[in-house]
Amino acid sequence: MTLNDYIYYVILPVLAFSILLIFYRFFKGPSIVDKIIALDLLITTGIGIIAVYSIVHGRSTFMDTAMILALIAFLSTVAFSYFIEKRNRKK
Amino acid sequence: MISIIIVILITLGTLFILLAAIGMVRMPDTYLRISVTTKAATLGVGLLLISSAIYFNDLSTTSRALVIILFVLLTAPVSAHLVGRASYFMGVKLWDKSVMDDLRGKYQKKTHVLKSKIDNTPGDNVVHDRPDNENEVED
Repeated sequence: MTLNDYIYYVILPVLAFSILLIFYRFFKGPSIVDKIIALDLLITTGIGIIAVYSIVHGRSTFMDTAMILALIAFLSTVAFSYFIEKRNRKK
Repeated sequence: MISIIIVILITLGTLFILLAAIGMVRMPDTYLRISVTTKAATLGVGLLLISSAIYFNDLSTTSRALVIILFVLLTAPVSAHLVGRASYFMGVKLWDKSVMDDLRGKYQKKTHVLKSKIDNTPGDNVVHDRPDNENEVED
């Protein structure tokens, strides 16, 4: 069993299963904050999947996308929490 | 030899991400879910990025992986703090088996100022006992 086979048949299905579990919380989440956390964790897991994919395909160019995704995750979380807090302050 | 190291690192990282996802589903409280997001997933993604840096054995890929790890490590606590603060002001309830709430009576609802001593003026404290806005009822 080579490294590529191991990644393809073991690692990527486990990561996809964890994406499904996080999606369950994203759709169900009782409050809106749970959805924000689930979105953040979804993008973080996406960074991990991109790193694994770059190993499988042997292209290191995918890491640029991971960097941009990390930036977007931070910005979106900050913006969401800022607007939630602002909305509740006005009430 | 290098592939054995990569397999070990990648398995550990995937395991941590899977544990974070399971904790996301199983944890009973928003604040505990924030703790899951900011610890386990950060460690798992860091291990995956380190394994990809070892696989390519290249200066540009290694620097990119290190930059992403640094960025994730810097921004995860900040975003967790912001989300936790927003959810505390929103009145998201704690788990009913939580032992203590250190911030009870210290955050002021109108001004969003954190005081260091407890004052129990009613109407100015953040209420966690009843669902007081629309985000709580859609269960």
